[in-house]
Formats: sequence, structure tokens, C-alpha cells
Amino acid sequence: MKIVVCVKQTPDTAATVTVEDGRVSWGDSPLVLNPWDEYAVEEAIKTKEAHGGTVTAISLGPERAQEVLKQALAMGADEAVLIHDQAFEGADVGVVSVALAMAVGKIGEVDLVFFGRASVDSAAGLTFAQTARHLGWPLLSQVAAIEELDPSAGKLQVVRLLQEGRQIVGSPLPAVVSVVKEINEPRYPSFMGIRKASKAEIPSWGATELGLEAALEPRVIWPSITQPAKVETTCEFIDGESAAEKGRRLAQRLIEEKVI
Amino acid sequence: MDFSLTEEHLMVQKMVRDFATKEVEPTIRQWDEKAEMAPEVLPRMAELGILGISIPVRYGGQGMDYISLGLACEELEAVDTTLRVVMSVHMGLNSMGLLQWGTEDQKQRFLVPQARGERYAGFCLTEPGAGSDVAALRSTARRDGDAYLLNGEKMWISLATKAHNMLWFAKTDPDSDDSHNSISAFLLETDRPGVTSGDIHGKLGVRAGSTGWVNCQDVRVPVENRIGEEGEGFKIAMSCLDNGRYTVASGATGLIRASRDASVRYAKEREAFGRPIAQFQLVQQKIALMSQSYEMARLLYLQAGWRKNQGLRNTKETSMAKWFATDASFEAASEAIQVHGAYGYSNEYDVERYLRNARGAIIYEGTSEIHTLIQAGYALGLRDDAELRSELPAYDPELWQAETSEAIPVA
Repeated sequence: MKIVVCVKQTPDTAATVTVEDGRVSWGDSPLVLNPWDEYAVEEAIKTKEAHGGTVTAISLGPERAQEVLKQALAMGADEAVLIHDQAFEGADVGVVSVALAMAVGKIGEVDLVFFGRASVDSAAGLTFAQTARHLGWPLLSQVAAIEELDPSAGKLQVVRLLQEGRQIVGSPLPAVVSVVKEINEPRYPSFMGIRKASKAEIPSWGATELGLEAALEPRVIWPSITQPAKVETTCEFIDGESAAEKGRRLAQRLIEEKVI
Repeated sequence: MDFSLTEEHLMVQKMVRDFATKEVEPTIRQWDEKAEMAPEVLPRMAELGILGISIPVRYGGQGMDYISLGLACEELEAVDTTLRVVMSVHMGLNSMGLLQWGTEDQKQRFLVPQARGERYAGFCLTEPGAGSDVAALRSTARRDGDAYLLNGEKMWISLATKAHNMLWFAKTDPDSDDSHNSISAFLLETDRPGVTSGDIHGKLGVRAGSTGWVNCQDVRVPVENRIGEEGEGFKIAMSCLDNGRYTVASGATGLIRASRDASVRYAKEREAFGRPIAQFQLVQQKIALMSQSYEMARLLYLQAGWRKNQGLRNTKETSMAKWFATDASFEAASEAIQVHGAYGYSNEYDVERYLRNARGAIIYEGTSEIHTLIQAGYALGLRDDAELRSELPAYDPELWQAETSEAIPVA
């Protein structure tokens, strides 16, 4: 099987995010592999372990995004590719998904593309869907389990996690799968993986290598970003002998404060 | 001079940190209170390869360097000292001792399963009546044909009831006047008839660990289990301590960092006199001093680790690193409790555990007093590091990471 997993480098979720000069800043907080993508990498590796084949991790980002590709390699991905080009600066989800789809095409004969559910920074949660659309492949999202996978017959059956419950969906291959955290427990990189990853040379593909003839224009731009004003809140506890008593007192307070 | 950590080092650091914070931290307070070792700690450290981190691949290990070992110990002890104690006895004192002094056959029989985490390893030097005065130990090893008969009692032994393989030190020549040259080292499998062990309770700290006693009554070990030559035991023990101390130094560095980080977090949240206490200068001073200690301890142990990588004798540097970091970690933990106020005095917060854990390290692997004398010896020219018959192998990434079964050529 040829499996691809798409990953992104994001700030650590523990970072304090501020706005400086209309731009988002996370100070000197470390950059990490997007936590949602860890589940995707793990599922890609598990699928390879079960069915044989290779896992290629790809990421669209600046040079430093190589660090998260190395994380994926250390976890057990076989290859990694960085998609990097001046032309991709300021890219919106639309541009990213075209580039990712072309990279998948360039890798060739791919059976499955894994994504996490969203990135923790821009959190559009759309990249997997748009990439599937550009590839023209079925998209399976909110996937909590892969129930059946038959690479030779080209069939896949998954469990999707919905608000209403669990949904079983079948699909032909190739397909794009976006996973949720219920699907697995991401492994730690092994020391052997760390050794191999630190030695790995990661190729970089630019617009030309991807076969993009014309520049891609983002259709979504962020003209300015502001931080909402900090709201000072006070907390008042409503006491009472019983729930009914507390309810009466709360209603009283809400009327007094002219909320209702 | 390149002070930076390699990509490999950073990945090792992250991996060990993630393991310790995700799998051990959530329940460590409960195990410390119960004074028991969480049963999954040793198997998980084995499974993840941490128990063989700085042993060559061909000897069952992970082929990482000595700095990686130090970084791993720092991350482990930042969560709890008991995790690092495992590394001190299993890796520092025992496995690295075998790497340095074992014959090829002994490395295959003992080091390989230890590095793979299939066997847990410990170090039996200290006795009820002999701590700092190692040469006064009373355990005996009487030659009997093609075996030795071991008799004696060891105390304050980490993993006493859990280790499969113990590096056991005893006098092969108990009547000799030359106590330094009458000790020999043995690899003792604890399932041999005549070996008994038990846990020690009531320790001030390191309570989520396993500390105990080991007793030998006419235990027969074959000659093939003797490590090094007869009479070399004292030198072997001292060189093992160079490695054990390194893990203690790097671990205590992690403890300083944990105390500092806990203090920073608390000081930012807790308010007094209308503002976060982080704004008060006396609180700031405590935190600044912790940062200072952390940076110093870190540089000292990394230097020692670098020297080990280069194959350079590092007795002086390891001793200095251990002495400084352990004293500093006790002070840092004490000040961290002070920053936390009354809450620091409760086991609802981690800092009281840091203090209790830190106190032990000032005593074991060479008391601070012993290290004071060691450093005075070096400074005054009273002490010389004589060359050893067998030195700790330098780190060589190609040799160490090669997947082969050939022996590493010994210089």
C-alpha cells in the first residue's frame, strides 16, 4: 500500500497567543507537530504495519516544518517531503489543498491519504475536504475506526463519529481519511526512529516540482487581526437551602440586574 | 565550542518528557503516598528502550550517547526521582559497569538482556556497617573450586526486590591488610539459592520507588560471573560510581527545574496584597536563584557527559556535577515550598515531594562531604586519577548503532 499522511507544524497549545501589530504571535513558545495530526500519523503507520507498504509524510510550510516531518519519521513513517515555496506564503486553505493534492499526485499510486481533523492554529478544519475534492477522491471524515480495509479489492469501511452516534460508511480506494482522537493512541518515537529521523535528508518540492504552471491566488485573506478587549468578570454564588430556593434567589438577582 | 544539543538529543528529550508527563505524572502522588512503586514503570521503561538508552545496539541497547542518558535522567526526575533512580542503578551503576569491565561473554550473558529490558539490574555495594567507608565492607567471597561462595548483607539497595542481576562487591581476601585491593566484583543473579531480599519502609523520600536489603547465605556463583580480576573490585566500584553519579547529577538538575517551574506557575496565579506574588521582589529572588542553579547544574552535567562521549576520564567532573546539583536541588525545593506558602507544606502540591526526594541524593552515591574531600584532593594535588585497566568506551555513533553481533574492539 502507498499511504500519505499530511501534517502541519503549529505552536504548542500551551502557548499564550497575543496580537502584535495586527499579526498573531505566540512568543518563543515551541512549535510542535499539530496534536490532531499525531493521530493521523499513528493511523497511517498502523495501517502500513497491518497491510504492508510505505508511509510518506508531507507538510506544506517553511523550512522549519522539517522538524515535524522528522517527528513523523521518528514515529515510523518511511519517507517525508516538505512542500515549500515563496509562492505559498500567505496561502489559504484553498491554495494549501491544491498543493497537497498535486504532491499526492506526484508521489503517485497512493491508496490512502490521512489527515488530522484540524490544525490548532488556524483551525479551518477544511483542508482535508478540499484536498479530497481536488484529488477527486471520496472523503471520510470524523473517522474513529477503520473496520475493514482490503487493498487488493480496493475497499474500505470505517466508523464515523457523529453527534447522533456512530455511522458505518464504506468507500472504494483511493480515499482521503480524516481521523478523530478516538481512533488510536499515538506512539512515542522509538530511539531507532529518532536515530533514523535525525539522519534523514528531506526533499523540498516547490511550485515547479509540483507542476504548478500559474501562481495560486488565495481567495481568503486576513486583512487585520485584533484581540478582543479583556472582560473583567466577578463571580457571585447564589446560596439557598434547596435547589428551588436557589432558583428563586437567582431569578431575583437576574431581575435586579435587569438581565431578564 | 558548540553548546547546542543535536536534533537527536532534542527528540530524545521530548520523547522521555512525554512518557514521564503523560504516563507517570498523573498518578505519582498516589504511589508516593502508598510508598509503592507503580507496577507499570519498569515494564514501560523497558518497552520504550529507555533501560538500554546508552548501550550499543549490538549489546541490546539503543545506541544513543551519554548526553542522551543525561537528558533522559533530567526529564525523568523532573517528574519523579524514583524514575531516575531506576536509571542510576540499572544503567549507570550496573550496565555501564559491564560495558566498561565485562568480558565479551559477560556482556552477552548479562548486558544484552539488561539493555533490552528483559532483566532489571542493580548495584550491591553498601552494607549496614559500610557506606562512605567502602573498603570496610564485610561481605566475603570464598573461592571454592570453579566457583565462589558469597556471604553478606547489603542495605539501601534500589530495586532490591525487583532486580534480576546485581553487581555484588565482596572481599575475596578478607584477612588482608590492604583493604582496597581485597575486594572483587561479581554479577549475582538474584534467583540463585541462598539469596534473600526485602523492602525497606519508612523512608523520608523516594517513596514511590523500591529500596531494600539483599542477603547472601553461601550463594554459589561460577568463576565466569566474576567481573574483572580478583582484587579489582574497589576500582570497579569507583568507576561504576562515576556513571551512577552522572545520572544523579543530571536527575537533580531536572528537580531544580521542576521546583523553579512549579514556583513560576504558582507565583503567577497566587495573589496577595492585591497582585500576583510574582511581582514581589523576594519571591522573584527565590525564582532567580533557582534559575541560576539550574543553568549551572545543567552545564556541569553536560560537560561530564561530553567527556564520557570523548572517552575522557571524568571522575572529577562527575563528582563536581553531582555535589553541586544535589545540594542545589534541596535548596531549590525548599524555596519552592516557601513560594507556595502553606500549600507547599501539603502533599496536594508536588513541591514537598521534591524536597523529600532531593534530600536522599545528598547522601547516596557519595555524600556531599565525600565529594568535598574529593574536590579538595584534586585542587590541592593530593589526588590523582590513575589510569584504569579498562576505560568506559567513548561514544562512536557508527560503532554503537551498527546492527551486528561482532564485539566492539577494545582499545
